[in-house]
Amino acid sequence: MWLPAAIVMVVCMLACIARIFIGPGAPTRLAAFDTTNTLVVALMVVLAIMFEQVIFVDVAIVYALLSFIMTLYVARFIEGKKF
Amino acid sequence: MGALNIVTYVFIGVGLFFNAVGSFGLNRFPDVYTRLHAATKCTTFGSMFLILAVIVQSASIWVMEGALSSQSVLSIHAIIALVVLLITNATSAHAIARAAHRSGEKPARAVVDDLEGKDIND
Repeated sequence: MWLPAAIVMVVCMLACIARIFIGPGAPTRLAAFDTTNTLVVALMVVLAIMFEQVIFVDVAIVYALLSFIMTLYVARFIEGKKF
Repeated sequence: MGALNIVTYVFIGVGLFFNAVGSFGLNRFPDVYTRLHAATKCTTFGSMFLILAVIVQSASIWVMEGALSSQSVLSIHAIIALVVLLITNATSAHAIARAAHRSGEKPARAVVDDLEGKDIND
């Protein structure tokens, strides 16, 4: 039951990655990148129960925190402020 | 087990539907604010339900196998991942929207911008 869910998630991620490449302007690309990161976290949790590897969930937690920090920094960069 | 399997299938269906709607809206809306509106909320809701499906399934296996099952770690860590996802997604969407407005991005087909010229301090 988990493999079709993972395949649909990968298709959604490919749509978001297409918006990263064609999207006009930096904020649109950043929004698409944030959406892709959320989908990656959900996909990692699904893959963890599919392959019965608990370490994937820990990787998902760290990925979520690091992508959150990356999004905040790039948003500050787009805003044009000093850090 | 049968009822829990049905609950898991319903959660997976809801999660995949909202994820598909989110990425479809990201590709179809005209400007950055509407794209952010579609993508962030729908994707957070869908990912929440997918992780809830994983939690239900692994917790049912944990209850079935007893206290020393390896699914216990997966269940608890999936709950932590869910909480982290819920906190960080809302905050990063707010940061993206504020950065887009301050960098001069206009909404498509907008007549009046209510925040025009206002310098909102932190």
